[in-house]
Amino acid sequence: MAPAGPRSGDAIFASAERVNAELFTLTYGAIVRQLLTDLEEVEEVNKQLDQMGYNIGIRLVDEFLAKSNVSRCIDFKETAEVIAKVGFKMFLGVTASVTNWDADGTCCSIVLEDNPLVDFVELPDTCQGLYYCNVLSGVIRGALEMVSMKTEVTWARDMLRGDDAFELQVKLLKQVPEEYPYKDDE
Amino acid sequence: MGREVSESCVDSLLTELVSTYSTRFYANKPDLAAHSIEAIGYQVGLQLSERYTMDRPRFSDHLEAIKFICKDFWSELFKKQIDNLKTNHRGTFVLQDSRFRWLSRVSIDPSENGDVSEDNPAGVAENKASLVTKMHLNFPCGIIRGALSNLGIPCAVSADISNLPACSFVVRIKV
Repeated sequence: MAPAGPRSGDAIFASAERVNAELFTLTYGAIVRQLLTDLEEVEEVNKQLDQMGYNIGIRLVDEFLAKSNVSRCIDFKETAEVIAKVGFKMFLGVTASVTNWDADGTCCSIVLEDNPLVDFVELPDTCQGLYYCNVLSGVIRGALEMVSMKTEVTWARDMLRGDDAFELQVKLLKQVPEEYPYKDDE
Repeated sequence: MGREVSESCVDSLLTELVSTYSTRFYANKPDLAAHSIEAIGYQVGLQLSERYTMDRPRFSDHLEAIKFICKDFWSELFKKQIDNLKTNHRGTFVLQDSRFRWLSRVSIDPSENGDVSEDNPAGVAENKASLVTKMHLNFPCGIIRGALSNLGIPCAVSADISNLPACSFVVRIKV
């Protein structure tokens, strides 16, 4: 039986089926490479990576909710913390931190110092303008949309572009109230 | 043990890769979709095989290289070996995984089955499932071809799924 309370990202990751990260990293790299060949335009590749991430996010959120056992977050601040501490850990095995909150608590940064997507990766000069990890921003946007939060996710720092960390800026645009087609006690 | 990620990461990425190419980019050109997915697998196989053979002496013949794919290479990817290897001793090898992991989770998006015909809905759904499965298999076929190609063995690889959940990869070495 699943424990009653929320589980830590570490505990979920430890008990999950895991695979060799090289396979994941190289597969993602090969996808980006093929997209660059097939689509030619870097801008278009950024868009497609984001779209792929979005599609993954809307599916992955189910697994996240089922395994993490987190209850409803009280506000966007808690949501961001849960993504950083539980979400990143249970899937990618790394932890992220949340910083740079704006005054009204609707915009923050998720900072990633360790990112398995970019092991072995070095971008050639021809790929300037490529947001190599754009799949991640798509995943977050897709997953949050499934829990009624419309967000805009953009890269503020990118180690492949010479920055000292990966920083995703997550901006809450709109919280869509959930409408259930049924009552709780039915 | 090296770095690991959750299996869902790889599963999600593969599902999305196949769906991107076969339903978004090349919805009406399955050959082109298959080609791109295979090419991605090829690249992955090439690089993985390069990494996993770094500290090894050169393989003495084709069979040794194929055995490496069946044992060490497969174990790195799937934490198990290929279950059965057959050969005609004339350049064709059949590698059977009796429970191929990447097929155990292929599911069909129900919305894609909206146009099921009334005459034979089950048949159409089954057909659709098998098309999606075949599209998925271009990826591991590409991986095997890339891995062998890196070992200096040009070949063609196809997959046979007539005995699900088993999957047989047929390797034909080009002479």
